[in-house]
Amino acid sequence: MPSEGDTALLQLDGVQVAYGAIEAVKGVDLMLFEGEMVCLIGANGAGKTTTLNAIAGTLPLAGGTIRYRGEDLARLPAHKRLKLGIALVPEGRGIFTRLTVEENLRMGAYIRKDADGVAADLARVFDMLPRIRERLHQVAGTLSGGEQQMLAIGRALLSRPRLLLLDEPSMGLAPLIVEKIFEVVQSVREEGVSILLVEQNANLALEFAQRGYVMESGRITLAGSGRELLENPAVRAAYLGESD
Amino acid sequence: MNELAELVPYLGKHKPRAARAVVILIALVAPLIAILFGRTWVRVLDFALLYMMLALGLNLVVGFAGLLDLGYIAFYAVGAYTWAFLASPHFAEAFPAFAAGIGAADGIHLPFWLVLPVGAALAALAGIILGFPVLRLRGDYLAIVTLGFGEIVRIFMNNLNYPINITNGPQGINLLDSMNLFGWDLARSIKLAGFKIDSLFFYYYFFLLCVVGSILFIQRLQISRVGRAWAAMRDDELAAKAIGINIRNMKLLAFSLGATFGGVAGGLFGAFQGFVSPESFSLMESIAVLVMVVFGGMGNIAGAVVGALILTALPEILRHIALPLQQALFGQVVLDPEVLRMLLYSLAMILMMLLRPKGLIPAHARYSRPEFVAAGEARA
Repeated sequence: MPSEGDTALLQLDGVQVAYGAIEAVKGVDLMLFEGEMVCLIGANGAGKTTTLNAIAGTLPLAGGTIRYRGEDLARLPAHKRLKLGIALVPEGRGIFTRLTVEENLRMGAYIRKDADGVAADLARVFDMLPRIRERLHQVAGTLSGGEQQMLAIGRALLSRPRLLLLDEPSMGLAPLIVEKIFEVVQSVREEGVSILLVEQNANLALEFAQRGYVMESGRITLAGSGRELLENPAVRAAYLGESD
Repeated sequence: MNELAELVPYLGKHKPRAARAVVILIALVAPLIAILFGRTWVRVLDFALLYMMLALGLNLVVGFAGLLDLGYIAFYAVGAYTWAFLASPHFAEAFPAFAAGIGAADGIHLPFWLVLPVGAALAALAGIILGFPVLRLRGDYLAIVTLGFGEIVRIFMNNLNYPINITNGPQGINLLDSMNLFGWDLARSIKLAGFKIDSLFFYYYFFLLCVVGSILFIQRLQISRVGRAWAAMRDDELAAKAIGINIRNMKLLAFSLGATFGGVAGGLFGAFQGFVSPESFSLMESIAVLVMVVFGGMGNIAGAVVGALILTALPEILRHIALPLQQALFGQVVLDPEVLRMLLYSLAMILMMLLRPKGLIPAHARYSRPEFVAAGEARA
């Protein structure tokens, strides 16, 4: 566990995000330390994806601050945040369906100019995702759901992120595939990439993450280590499908 | 060019070099064949080339960047009116005192190498002006706003004759300078060894040069960083943002670059026609260019070229068949040629949707460096 004195890699203070007059995120405080995997769980419409998009810079803030390595991100557009090392894997994968797998991966390195570094990272991603390597010249839209998700993660890795924002990687996938995805996520973390994971599959997410936050209608209602939250009766009742 | 060459039956697949030669040959001798049927047909070919430039430009916006633009003809208008203003007696007629004062008593007559870039720049500026307010719009909403923009420009052209006469209103501007290439006036026919070479030929080859230049430029563009960014944006905007593409700049670039082609084509049109009026820039023209792009195959250079050629030539052919036919059958003209043209366009769209939903020449899904695509296909 990180101690209080460390500066967080990512720190959200009273973050608010609104869609017009509707306030989707009403004040979120959240911290993530270097090397950590933190998950954000909660019901549909709690504001998890919105929070993630605000961090990535694809949605504007209505209030509060987001600090990354101590620096306020407020005025930075999405593409500049990516250059700082914040990569988002959007909900529903968001791969380029009409391009081949290889092209998708190469697009992930769009902001980079170091061809050698990209080639090395490509090789690293192939080692991590052998299934993707087999499908290199296939049009991405024809991949299975699980492969598309892996491709999306692989593409994000090609920007060489320090912080990976993962939005519901388990969405719409069979349980066996979901476990595979989580193994990949785990190996990404072992390479030293910090991860903020948004998930509906609370059980698995809490098992893999060091710490977790529970979000309800735009606010954080609970925070703790993965284990604590897994054992918390309120969490068990609400998100793990158990009645008392 | 290569995409066009692939279309040649048999040779396209087996002998790409021969196929390329065939395409070039066709492009070079087309007017010589057309003249056998009369001057009108060379004129039609000239117009086809202008429409090709328009279709190529609109294809950047609609096909590459995925931004539906129903007001594209406005940029054509900007280019044409720039030519009309900077290369005709209009200035002297509208502001006689001022014109005499600056020594332009017979109007402003700037050379083409100055007017065309100015027209292109103004069109690009118009593209950015249109681009800014529509940055957040997509699909239907984008279509409606761009449609409105096209109409606004046309209505401006129609009404800017008062209080200051800039566009001469609905009457349009007359007596535009023709294309003058450093002393060689393209509008003048030349007598050479007893043969009279029609000016329409000169325009044809000059326009052809412009179209070929555009194609080469767009080919480079398509496989460049910008081209890849557009393709990504068109596929999935959020994902494009997530990989670090500056969506705002890329959209503005698409609108302004697309508009540049419209502006240049407009200038050429002004010089060729010698006359501009708001009528030439109606909503129907925007739709006609869009139909050419969609019919040919969106996102595809060869598609835009072939679409423009077919949909410019066919209505003319039809006009020459249908008018005498109607006269013979009914003793009068029941369907106006302009109505026939739109009828043909709708029919072309319906047939295309039924038979070839991706257009006459479907675009390659891939857009990477050609050598990379070729390698990928070899391995696949």
